[in-house]
Amino acid sequence: MGELGLALRYLPILILAILVFVIGVSMLIVNGILGLQRPYPEKLTRYECGLPPSGEPRHPFTVKFYAIAILFVVFDVEAVFLYPWAVSFNRLGGLAYVEMVIFIALLLVAYFYAWIRGAFQWE
Amino acid sequence: MEAILKSALPILILVVEALVLLVVALLHVAYTTYAERKVIGHMQQRIGPNRVGPRGLLQPIADVLKLLTKEDIVPLGADRSLFYLAPLISLVAGATSLSVIPVWDKFVLANVNVGLLVILALSSLSSYGVILSGWASNSRYAFLGGLRASAQVISYEVAMALSLVGVMLMAGSMNLAEIVRAQTATPFKIYAIPQIVGFFVFMVSAIAETNRVPFDLPEAETELVAGYFVEYSGIRFGLFYLAEYFGMVVMSAVAVTCFLGGWAGPFEVPGIPFFWFLVKLYALLFFYIWVRATLPRYRYDQLMGLGWKILIPLSLANILVTGLLKLWV
Repeated sequence: MGELGLALRYLPILILAILVFVIGVSMLIVNGILGLQRPYPEKLTRYECGLPPSGEPRHPFTVKFYAIAILFVVFDVEAVFLYPWAVSFNRLGGLAYVEMVIFIALLLVAYFYAWIRGAFQWE
Repeated sequence: MEAILKSALPILILVVEALVLLVVALLHVAYTTYAERKVIGHMQQRIGPNRVGPRGLLQPIADVLKLLTKEDIVPLGADRSLFYLAPLISLVAGATSLSVIPVWDKFVLANVNVGLLVILALSSLSSYGVILSGWASNSRYAFLGGLRASAQVISYEVAMALSLVGVMLMAGSMNLAEIVRAQTATPFKIYAIPQIVGFFVFMVSAIAETNRVPFDLPEAETELVAGYFVEYSGIRFGLFYLAEYFGMVVMSAVAVTCFLGGWAGPFEVPGIPFFWFLVKLYALLFFYIWVRATLPRYRYDQLMGLGWKILIPLSLANILVTGLLKLWV
């Protein structure tokens, strides 16, 4: 099996994705044909529990969400490093385990720093 | 001509296989909604749907037909292209994960070496649908729901990704069929016993990832009405609904494969090789519904606290202990 053969193994994923997409779009098309269309201004306003909408809907939001996003990047990259280590653990042996303990310990420093600074604290 | 036919035939077979898998999965998704209403109904001493067809069995089909004939409203000021795209992203990302799940020993649509990675990648992609719909709707509730959902999904994504490392350590592979075979070779037969911590973390994060009760804060009917898809109507709403239930089915299937021994069972059932896979899948889906009928919703600070302060340290400890045990034994 060459490069192309390896790529071909991923083909079914693409095929399924295309099929799901086609089914989704065809349902939308059927909805467009069967569904009635009777728009008027009140119907098209955004929903705010019956009151006339006021102000701009896209508020500035708290910076906490941003901090969570940054922490996510840090920990997801950590997971990416853990995967190849875990899969080839049998071949790597004890030294690789010690190295991974050091790696996780270094990350835990950052983790507890974020904890102490209140990144996980939501009031 | 013959050469073209010869190279096109395997692809045609693949398309047919994919179509069969998809139709079966769609039926499962449709009847999960029915089972959910019926089970919760009985848990609350009601009957549940019983009007359409015998015992209400045609209810999901009636629901789809109803949604197909509803008006498709796009609110004023919405970002149209993103608004149209968001439910499709959710659906495709949710349903495509099925392709790498081994239903039984000899049937897996895409037998790739990094099956788990594909699933994690696709489940990350599905958060795009949530964020984009929240942003594109130009509505307060949708915006708040989208923000909450994205923060929740990425937080629990980390816990879920780390909880699966223990399984990879024990199986030494990311190919899902290989993981099942490695499991049946162990004395316990399933990883849910030695990896009980990983299993717990995975199930909690799976419920949070699919935005289900008790972590359904993005949708929280009583405060955000429906959260990120409040402005959606007609079948566009239906697509989000479908994506959520596809997520449930896929997450349960991953849990069955990684922790509960996949297609393997205590004895062979003649004629139905995927019997045990389905039994385990239904048990986990029932668990989802049971949890929904039992638990109240978490508060947002509790939710983030559980994810970051409990599940992530727990799964990291699980990785270190699993590695240590593997070195010793």
